[in-house]
Amino acid sequence: MYSEKVMDHFANPRNVGEIEGANAVGEVGNAKCGDIMKIYMDIEDDIIKDVKFKTFGCGAAIATSSMATEMVKGKTVKEALELTNKAVMEALDGLPPEKIHCSVLAEEAIRSAIEDYNKRKGIESEDSSGCGFCCKKCYKNED
Amino acid sequence: MIDFMEHNIYLDNNATTRLSEEVLEAMLPYFCNNYGNASSRFYKIGRDAQDAVAEARSKVASCLGAKPNEIYFTGSGCEADNWALKGIAFANKGKGNHIITSSIEHHAVLNTCKWLEKQGFDVTYLPVDSEGRVSPESVESAINENTVLISIMTVNNEIGTIQPIKEISEIAKSHKILFHTDAVQAVGHMPVNVSELGVDLLSLSGHKFHGPKGVGALYIRNGVKIDNLIHGGGQERGKRAATENVAYIVGLAKALEIACRDLDKNTKWCSRLQKKLIDGIEERIPYCILNGPRENRSSSNVNFSFRYIEGESILMLLDMNGIAASSGSACASGSLDPSHVLLAIGLPHEIAHGSLRLSVSNETTEEDIDYVLEVLPQIVQRLRDMSPLYEKIAHGKE
Ligand SMILES: Cc1ncc(COP(=O)(O)O)c(C=O)c1O
Ligand SMILES: [Zn+2]
Repeated sequence: MYSEKVMDHFANPRNVGEIEGANAVGEVGNAKCGDIMKIYMDIEDDIIKDVKFKTFGCGAAIATSSMATEMVKGKTVKEALELTNKAVMEALDGLPPEKIHCSVLAEEAIRSAIEDYNKRKGIESEDSSGCGFCCKKCYKNED
Repeated sequence: MIDFMEHNIYLDNNATTRLSEEVLEAMLPYFCNNYGNASSRFYKIGRDAQDAVAEARSKVASCLGAKPNEIYFTGSGCEADNWALKGIAFANKGKGNHIITSSIEHHAVLNTCKWLEKQGFDVTYLPVDSEGRVSPESVESAINENTVLISIMTVNNEIGTIQPIKEISEIAKSHKILFHTDAVQAVGHMPVNVSELGVDLLSLSGHKFHGPKGVGALYIRNGVKIDNLIHGGGQERGKRAATENVAYIVGLAKALEIACRDLDKNTKWCSRLQKKLIDGIEERIPYCILNGPRENRSSSNVNFSFRYIEGESILMLLDMNGIAASSGSACASGSLDPSHVLLAIGLPHEIAHGSLRLSVSNETTEEDIDYVLEVLPQIVQRLRDMSPLYEKIAHGKE
């Protein structure tokens, strides 16, 4: 069901871990949804010098976390904010349709970490997207 | 950590089982040689087919303690469940429109009940306790003057809970209400005798005991009125139309005959492997929860939740190590919610997402279990090391 690239990033995820003294940390998703991603960044002069992640979730969530961190590493904050889940999915040669919601997590986690960075610098930004309820699972389970 | 040695370990026997060679051999003559239609009596290959179906019916009946004319072959366990519920509901429309079932039934029963609700029937979905057990008292108090059918599964397919079928059937009988049990996970795995259990209808499926997929049976006690699900010709005494699937019916009966013959030996073996798995996992892996009971559990089933990690990723890493298993996580099933059974026993979503079902059969070996016990702890640890939920635990311990 998964492409070879997804399987590769799932089996050998890049950038797993934490960064001690990270100056940007973001966490999105919730356990009820089944996917949580936490991202750590070391940003210097608006350039993402290092990035690491921790993910609780399925194969798609782990693979997109890995790919997304690869895609923003070394990029400017502005470039990282432009990363979409669509681009991450394309880089992974696609995901099964029922897994698309899992890929939104990485995009949101990156945005959330950069918001944290801006906040620490005293720059206000838009509201945190948080979980986003993109997959609508939480709504469904509210009964 | 992951070693890529060739392994091929099947621990998803509650999903389906391997067709045994003996069963295949019994089926083969009915494809190309004895291909007659079991309804065509006027020539030999027709009569041969008819005899084969009759013999199969007798075998199934004797395994269940039923009469041959109480056994009806169907296209699956799912069809048997659909027929039992819809057939009894519609045949009793004049008497009442209320059905009692449990919240942990297989979707074959649950979704049939949901459909019946749309047709104007009322359904009570009984809750279960933390081990997945339906209390007979709750069945009794759900009964009202409109109740026409109670349907409670014999063994749950996800967590192996064995239900108090006898107690429930006595309650049903004392209120003169028909009782159906989905025994798809029980037949061939534990003693199932329809008169001892006191059931009026019972579903079974061939592929859960090393028989073929796509064939099942419904036991209907003589005297029970039921509407047809499949209308057409006069097969199965006019109750289930369609040219008999002779080879598959023969295969189901052969597989059941073997399963009943070897029942003691097989359940002893499976119980031993089950204990080894449960003890081994609890010894080696912290923060795990056994889902389902320790006693009164189907000997084939083991189900654990591993905290802080998600089930589909466990399955994928197991698969990379040559182990086939299943999970009740939402992502693994491709649905939006984790398993309804795990939620019904009271697991929070995040713990239900981390579930893993390992189901053994008489073909599973000790070495298979040893290998799983070696690999699984590494997989769980690897995923925990990647999990933000485990971070706090790990830091707390350091
Ligand atoms: C409890 C239970 N009922 C019904 C079924 C459906 O049987 P079948 O696959 O033959 O349709 C299954 C298995 O899939 C089951 O485990
Ligand atoms: Zn997912």
